[in-house]
Amino acid sequence: MKSAVVVFPGSNCDRDLAVALRDITGSAPAMVWHRETELPPGLDLIALPGGFSYGDYLRSGAMSARSPVMRAVVAAASEGRAVLGVCNGFQVLTEAGLLPGALMRNAGLDFVCRDVALTVENSQTAFSARYDAGETIRIPVAHHDGNYTADEATLDRLEGEGRVVFRYAEAVNGSARNIAGIVNDAGNVLGLMPHPERLIDDALGGSDGRRMFEGLAAALG
Amino acid sequence: MKARVTVTLKTGVLDPQGRAIQHALEGLGFGGVEGVRQGKLIELDLADGTTAADVEAMCKALLANPVIENYRVELA
Repeated sequence: MKSAVVVFPGSNCDRDLAVALRDITGSAPAMVWHRETELPPGLDLIALPGGFSYGDYLRSGAMSARSPVMRAVVAAASEGRAVLGVCNGFQVLTEAGLLPGALMRNAGLDFVCRDVALTVENSQTAFSARYDAGETIRIPVAHHDGNYTADEATLDRLEGEGRVVFRYAEAVNGSARNIAGIVNDAGNVLGLMPHPERLIDDALGGSDGRRMFEGLAAALG
Repeated sequence: MKARVTVTLKTGVLDPQGRAIQHALEGLGFGGVEGVRQGKLIELDLADGTTAADVEAMCKALLANPVIENYRVELA
């Protein structure tokens, strides 16, 4: 599997994501600076990491979504290549219009940084194929702006089409319908606030995040 | 020419920061505050010939997120 991690100024989970991809898929991702206008050819997966790109100026993810590289990411997504956005990466995907809705300040105003329980709602995506639908998994979150918001019609459509892939199984940030992660209508773009790349080894306290990358490796070769 | 762009949250979008400000005002003893909404003010210095339509396009492209925000442009 050929992958790339996009690095924005202020990304801080890019190396964690690279380690997860390298260890689990067997090949190191290309690290692509946000000023690039083209992605390496033949990518199977493009990952947008967590962090505080551009210091969250204007809105979280707003500046990064207008970076030169994002035009190439949008084009790759429309070709059906897999795109994964974790935390700030999810915020960038919504700001870029690749996923609906927006991520607002947490309802409690707190920065939430702990392991949370998630329910896997849809195991039919490449990102979630190694999980069982209905299974509860544990993945860390670390964010201030994870409160997912969309209009009721959009929320109904996401749920009706099985596009809510992960849901919080506990109160975390005030997200509408406890949404933690969604896919686009084609199913090749996933955004989620929790950090699967942070829990890929039992030596680090758990490995529930590992199966996302195992599933991607299996699905994308 | 200058433009002042006021960005506000849409009605119905929860504003936890506005609510925290309201609670803080109450804590300071200011009664009678029935609601607080926090927004942003963005001031643009514009070259001659920049049109209202240009500023409108800037709002749509970057300055406001139409999913959650409204905007108002004043030119001066």
